[in-house]
Parts: sequence; structure tokens; C-alpha cells
Amino acid sequence: MSDTATRPPTTTSYPGAGSNRRPSWHALLRWESALVLVLIAVLIFGSSKSSTFLNSTTFFFTGLNMGEVAIMALPLLLIVMIGEIDLSVASMLGLSGAVMGHLFQSGWSIWAAMGVALLVGALGGALNGVLVAKAGLPSIAVTIGTLTLFRGVAEIILPTPTTRLIPASLTKVGVVPIQGTQLAYSAAIFFVMAVIFAVILHATPLGRSLVAIGLQPESAQFSGIRVNRIRFGLYVASGVICAFAGILFTLKNSSASYGAGSGLELTVVAIVLFGGVSIFGGRGTVLGVVLAVVIVGCLQQALTQMHVQPEVQNIVTGALLLISVIVPNSGEALRRIRERVRRG
Amino acid sequence: MTAQVELPPQPTLSRVGTLLRARELGIGIVIVVVFVTATLKNHAFANSHSFQQLLTGAALIALLGVGETLVIVTRNVDLSVGSVVGLSAYVVGDTFKHHPHTPILLGFVLGIAIGAAIGAINGLITTVARVPSLVVTLAALYIIRGVDGVIVNGKTIDPGSIPKVFQEVGYRTLFGLPWLAIIVAVVVAVVGYAMRSFRAGRDLYAIGSNPDAAALAGVPTGRRVFTAFLVSGSLAGLAGALFLALHAQVDVTGGNGYELTVIAAVVVGGVAIFGGSGTVLGAALGAVLLNTINQALVASKVSAFWNDAIAGALLLAAIAFDRWLSLRIARNLRSAEGAHRSV
Amino acid sequence: MIQLRTTRRGMPVALAVLTVGALIAGCGSSTKSTSTSGSPTASGVKKGLTVYFIPKDTQNPYEVIADQGGQAALAELGGKVVVSSGTADTAAAQIPSIQAAIQAKADAIVIAGNDPSALCPSLGQAVAAGIKIVSFDSDVTCPNHLFINQANTEQIGTSEVDLLAKEINSTGDIAILSAAASATNQNGWIGFMKTQLKKYPNMKLVSTVYGNDDPATSLTVLQGLLSAYPNLKGIISPTTVGISTAAQYLSTHKDVAAKVTLTGLGLPSQMKPYIKDGTVKAFELWNPNNLGYLAGYAAAALASGSASTATGAKFTAGKLGSYTVLAPSGATGPSVVLGPPTVFNSANIDQFNF
Repeated sequence: MSDTATRPPTTTSYPGAGSNRRPSWHALLRWESALVLVLIAVLIFGSSKSSTFLNSTTFFFTGLNMGEVAIMALPLLLIVMIGEIDLSVASMLGLSGAVMGHLFQSGWSIWAAMGVALLVGALGGALNGVLVAKAGLPSIAVTIGTLTLFRGVAEIILPTPTTRLIPASLTKVGVVPIQGTQLAYSAAIFFVMAVIFAVILHATPLGRSLVAIGLQPESAQFSGIRVNRIRFGLYVASGVICAFAGILFTLKNSSASYGAGSGLELTVVAIVLFGGVSIFGGRGTVLGVVLAVVIVGCLQQALTQMHVQPEVQNIVTGALLLISVIVPNSGEALRRIRERVRRG
Repeated sequence: MTAQVELPPQPTLSRVGTLLRARELGIGIVIVVVFVTATLKNHAFANSHSFQQLLTGAALIALLGVGETLVIVTRNVDLSVGSVVGLSAYVVGDTFKHHPHTPILLGFVLGIAIGAAIGAINGLITTVARVPSLVVTLAALYIIRGVDGVIVNGKTIDPGSIPKVFQEVGYRTLFGLPWLAIIVAVVVAVVGYAMRSFRAGRDLYAIGSNPDAAALAGVPTGRRVFTAFLVSGSLAGLAGALFLALHAQVDVTGGNGYELTVIAAVVVGGVAIFGGSGTVLGAALGAVLLNTINQALVASKVSAFWNDAIAGALLLAAIAFDRWLSLRIARNLRSAEGAHRSV
Repeated sequence: MIQLRTTRRGMPVALAVLTVGALIAGCGSSTKSTSTSGSPTASGVKKGLTVYFIPKDTQNPYEVIADQGGQAALAELGGKVVVSSGTADTAAAQIPSIQAAIQAKADAIVIAGNDPSALCPSLGQAVAAGIKIVSFDSDVTCPNHLFINQANTEQIGTSEVDLLAKEINSTGDIAILSAAASATNQNGWIGFMKTQLKKYPNMKLVSTVYGNDDPATSLTVLQGLLSAYPNLKGIISPTTVGISTAAQYLSTHKDVAAKVTLTGLGLPSQMKPYIKDGTVKAFELWNPNNLGYLAGYAAAALASGSASTATGAKFTAGKLGSYTVLAPSGATGPSVVLGPPTVFNSANIDQFNF
């Protein structure tokens, strides 16, 4: 199948999308600075409302709660950068945990079980990759399908949660911070990975290829970038990294359950978008995603400590998301409205 | 500005029509195959009851699919439909609870009005601020769920507080057809006709195929996209009222997760996720297919643990099959054209 | 094509490192938990206790009633209840609430677990901070806590089967419409149902389906069930969403209702119309308000040191009287049983308003 020929033109233009989508570092830096301001506002707000907000325990808990979500956001960032999406991330987290839990429950060593879980992640990612890159199917439809499929396979493998005790030396990742710091293990892993992803995206030819694909897949293809190989590779990477997040999630909870992380896919997508990544591809930074993770995590801690209804937290998340796309476009929108008013 | 969208020459148009019909026919065949397979495994599956159940169970998703099709055809997406269903169902139920003598028609009007208001907001933000609809409606999903939660606040609407007549809409049948299915069929027919025959309907396809070209050709893209969201919201509001009629109870979980099911149904129904092609009939058939699969699994006595996995695999198969079919038809058309020319 | 300016590409990375560094450095102090309770009252319970109620989610109608019971209990004892949970029935959504309890130096946590074991590390942190743990509705497998059992698990399982057997003359195919496949309490009851069914050789359990406590899913699996087993005589649905969905379907499809008998666990307020119109003859439940009330008293007694999780330990629970901690058995640790479930039928349904 000739996939580039039959693929719909994904990025030429979308109605309702801002016409100004040139990658401009100035605009990017503006968005990230706005996020820094939001973060400062959240920290001030939280500490003024709760006396226990600005302490190291909050910092540890935030890292603990956000770690896996944050880790899954990194490969998704790259996938959104090339104009695709992966909605199966949270189901892969659950599937990896179920595989690992089942094998461990039936007597395997924990390390071997983890290895197989990562392998399953690679296979699941490859399935997404084949369907999107080779068969040319729309990624949103494919990954809605694998979202259901992965969760379903997890349910078959592990209908009831595991009971065999995972060695305490491993499950401590969910209980204590790294010695001498207040940093949760999963958060530390996220920060290290974020640096690696930042280097890949912003400082390597591969990163530039991703941006090029996101802006114009056809032109990228003609300029010699192996578009489909990169698409495939990103989905495999996403599968492996989400499987890894599943392992961390399992260790953190010291048990596995097929439902682990259900519904998190939309949170991960929301974080990536809130981080300033364009849903149409070609625009986004790792820093934006890191800031979005920290803001969402701190906000959740602040609101929970203040006994704010969790429903209100949903409203706040939605509002942040909305602001994050409206504000960058507001100048142009106002200009258009003014023009229209003038015309009568 | 009265410039026309440049329409392809007539013969091609009829071929496109054939292709679309073939897609719907394909889904129809798959539905029959699933139904027959399940019946072979369990003879009890084919009876008038299960036929009604297949339609009733698919009705709400099909209705949401109609609105979603309008939006997706314009190369947008509406993720807020599930939360609109929940909010509309609860508010309508709460109205009946506190004002038991509310005319039932008013209940439906209220539901549609709530949906229309939300659809209008989604449409306005998407078109005026020119913001990607995926983000706008994802945000709307969160916000509406939150507002719904604050309103519901742990309460639940019991069947006792919903008028009997209103509930009857959810289960009565006419000539063996459930009312729910008839309502949805009427909506599918009306919207389907409008999409095919009215200028505004054709504009939606033009926008989805190539927004820039459509705008240059004088299509009022903003107004059309806004209308698509308005219709999607209104139908979601109507679906909320019907949800209440069907289940006769609602709490904060009403309509949870519908958004992904609806998109799955629409995509299975042959609507291209990148816009420009697909019909509301296809979307409705997609919903029927998904529900048929779900019920066939239970009827075939497949262990409940397998449901999700099989549903997911079938969804992937449906997308892949649809792709294969359209490629094949396109190839046949090309070769037929070649043969015609060589004569 | 690829002409991005790369001169400033180092900036985002550098900023990221700076931000992270600042965050780590900014959090120097460490918190320690201390008990802040006042002096014991006559009943041995301290005044001014703070108890965190963490239901499965904040909107589940059943849990809301239970939380109100807990609030009533702590009000009687001069303490206060904070209800905190997420919007989804997942362990991950409950963990921030456990953390908030630790941060607020609460005296006790009363939790309905969304997962039997995934909450244990977080609850372990709470125990380490000196917080007493009580579970209710759905138990957790962690050590160091007291389970408030709504009714003896075995009793619920056996009585459901007995109730159905009486209505269908102990003959015919039956099915179970449950909540989620992973729900601990559901699986416990279903286990005892299967055991009890051995006493009824002419009753055959043909299928167990899962509606995930969602009306739409419950309806789909119920319809599939009815299609698959046209000779079905009875359905047990030990979950409030399942039984009310099934009851609505039966009451609107009289031909099916004539053949199929429904029973299970339901809320009287939701089931009243179906008892009145004869769709359902009888179903069971305990009073969720009393369940929360008992959990509140148990949490207060544990936090005051006037009761323990040792077998045979006693405490009084206000209007409900005295309770004794039962020995661990099987997967269940130390527990207290609220009492036998109430059977609701046309004779008594009007007396209940929950």
C-alpha cells in the first residue's frame, strides 16, 4: 500500500485552527514563561490556603502521584509533535502491570516478569505502529481500538488483583523518597527522561525531523526523512515507556490490577496540550510538558488539602486547558472580531 | 459572495455515491454475519426481543453518532457529548422530581436546550478563537463533568420521580419497533437527507475535504462549523433526555465514557476521522454493529472477561476492513475508468 | 524545509533543569505527624477528633448515605468528619485523599477501598504517621486495620440464594448480574452463593455477567443474558445499580417479568416502585447510614485508644449498642459485623427512606 499517497492531508489547514502556526521560538518561550507564572500563582495560592502545602511532604506526594502520568506524557509529546495521537497509553500501563503481576503471581522472578512486561509494551506499540504507519489508518481510531483491546487482554490475564508480596526493596518506590531528598523515585526517573527527551527533540536531527513531519509530512518525506519508520518507532517507544510506567505503577501499589490507570489517557493528553504542544503537530517543547505536569500535580495537592470538591478540580483542569489554547490565539481572534464589528 | 464550491463532474459523483453505499452495505453485512454467528452458537439469540434490544441498546450511541458525524466531517471532533448526556439527563430528571407535572415534551425541550447551549459554546470558541476543537471539547468534557458533579452532589434520580409517560418513550414499541429506534431513525433520515441535498450539508463535506479551498470558494466555514457543533450538542441533549427515559434513573455517572464509544461507532461506520467523507446512516449502523457485537458476546456465552478484548479487536478489524474495502473500490474504479478510456 | 533556527535550542533544556533544581531546593523542611486530640470523654473517646471518610467516590449515592452516618457519629462524639475522595472509582483517585489526611494530621481514616491492595502503600504511610485505619463497604488487604463488615459475607451470599430459591420453588436456571469483575465484596458474596447453590440441586447457575455499576453496561449485559438463556428463571444482582437497571427492564417488559424473578441488594428508595408494581417481590440491604455510623464510632474508639483490633475487644457505637471485634478469618482481618441484612418487601418498604 502506498501510504503517503492515500493519507489525507493532515496538516495543510484546519478550520478553526490558528492560521499562525509557524514554529517561532519567541512564541514558545512566551508560552513557557506563562506556565512558569501559572506555577508561581498555584504555589502562592496553595500556601495561602493550606499551612501544610509548602512542605517537602507535598513535594514528595506530588511526585509520587504524577510520576507515571508524567512519564507517559513524554512519548505522547513526540507522537503529537508528528501530528498523531496515542490514546492507548493508560491501557498499556494496565496491560503491562497485569502481565507482570500474573507472571510474578505464578512464581516467576520479579525481574523476569518486568522484562516480559516491557516486551509486551514493545509488541503493543508495534501493533499501533503497524496499523498507523504501515496500513495508514488514522491513529485516533486505531488507538481507541487498542485502548479497549489492551485493557481487555489485561482483564483476561489478570481478572483479580495479585496477592503475592513483591519484595519490599522494590515497593519502597511507592512509600519513601530517594534517600536524602524528597523526590519520589518515579518523579526522579521522569526528570532524567525529560532531559533525554529534551535533547532528542531540541538538539538532534531526529528531533528536527519530528518537527518537519508534524508541519508537513509530504514535504518531510520528499526531503528524505523516513516518515513511516519514525512513526512506527515512536509508537514502539510509547509502548515500551508506558509498559515501564506500568511496572512503576505496580511497584508503587505493591500489587497489580487490570484496571490500573483506567481513564488516565485523557489526563495525559490534557497535560501534553496544556504544555503548549499543538494538537496538529510541529510545535511543542519538553519544558512545557514538564511545567504542565508540575502545575497539575501541585494544583491537585492544593485543592485536595483545601477539601475542595473533586468535581471542582475537574472544572479547573478543563478551564486551564481551555485557557492554554485560547490565550495564544486571543490577539488574533480579537482583531478578527473588531474587523467584523467594523464591517457591521 | 456567492461563489460555488467546485463540484466534481457528474459521473464521478455517482461513483462516490456507489462507494459510500458500498461502505454502508459492508457494515450491514458485518452486522448480519455477527448476528448469524451468534445465532448459530445460541439459537435463542434470534427472536423478536433480541432484535428490539439490539436497536434499543444502540439508539443513544447512534443518535450521538449523527451529531458527531456532522462535526467530524468538517475535520473537527466533539469529545463533550458523553458529559452533555449526563448533565442533560440529570437536569431533566431533577426538573421532573421537583415539578412532577412538567409536561413531558418540555422535558425533551429542556434537554435539547441544555445541549444546544453547550454546543453553541463549543462552536463559538472553536470558530471565533480558532482553537482546535479536540482541545476545546476535551476541556468542555472536564468542565461539564465538574459542573454536573456539583449539581448532582451525590443525589440520584429515582424511577419514582419520573413520569410514567416519559418512561414509556424508553420502552414502548410501535409495530414491533422501539420508540427510541423510531426517534433515532427519523433524526438519521432528516439529517442524512439534509447532508446530501442541502447546500449547507454539502458545504460541510467541502470544509472537511479542504478548508482553505472551501473558504476561498465562499463557503462560510465558521458558520457551518458552528452549526455542526450546535446540532451535535442538541442531539447530545436529546440523548440525555432519552437516557433518562430508558434507564429511569440517573446519577453523576450518566453518559460516562460515551465519547470514545461514539467516535468508535462513527469510525466503524465509515466516517473518515480526517473529515470530508462519511454519512450519518453509516455512523448509526456503526453503533448498531458495536451493540450487536456486545450482545452477541454475552449470548454466545463467551466469558465476560473476554468482552473488552474482543470488542477492541473487532474495532481494529472493522477499521482495517473498511480501509481495505475503500482502497479496493478505488482501484476498481481506476481500472474501470482506464478500460473505459481505452475503448 | 527544515530551517528551524537552532541557536536558542539549549534554552528550554536549561530552563527545565533550573526549574527542577529550584523545586527540589525550595522544599527543605520536613513534616512530622503528631496527635492533636483532646482529653477522653466518659465513653473513653477523645473529643475533637478528625476522621477522614474516603468513599469510593464522592457521588455514589450509597456511600453518601454512609458518610452522613459517619458525620452523625462524630458529631455525637464532639469530633468532625472530612469527606474526601475522587470522582472516579479508582485507587489512584483515592490516594491524594489519604495524603491529605496525613498532611492534616488526622486521627483516623475510614475508607471504602476501590482496590483491595493498591491502597496499602499509602495507607501504610498513614499508619506510620499514627493514623488509625478503618475500612468499610469494600475491604482492603493491608495489615493494621479494622474492617466494618456490612453483614457477614457468608450470610449475604447464602440468604440471597435462599430468597431466590423460595420464589422460584428451588428449580431452574439462574444468573448473577454483578458490578465489576474485580470487586472484592461482590466476589466474596458470589463465592458463598455458589456454595449455597449446592444445597439446591435443581437450581443451576448458568452465567455471571458484569455491569460495572453503570446503567448502560448493566442493561446491555442483562439483555444479552436474556437472549442467551431464554429459560432463565431467576437473576441475583448483588449491587444497587444492577438490580435497579434489571428491575426497570422487567417492569417495562411484562412478558419477560412473568418468567424471570429478580432479587439482590438494592436501595429501598430506588426499588420502591418495582416492589409496588410487583416486578420484584423481595430484596435485601442493610442500612448504609448505620454502616457509616458504626465505622465512625469504631474509628473514634481506635483513635482514642479505648478499643483495639485485638480479637474480643469491645466498644460501644451510640444508638447501635455494643460491638465486639471478630477474629481474622481467611482473607479478612479483624472485623466487626453491622448485623443481619434487612429483607425488604411490600409489607415494609414504606418504612425506609434511604
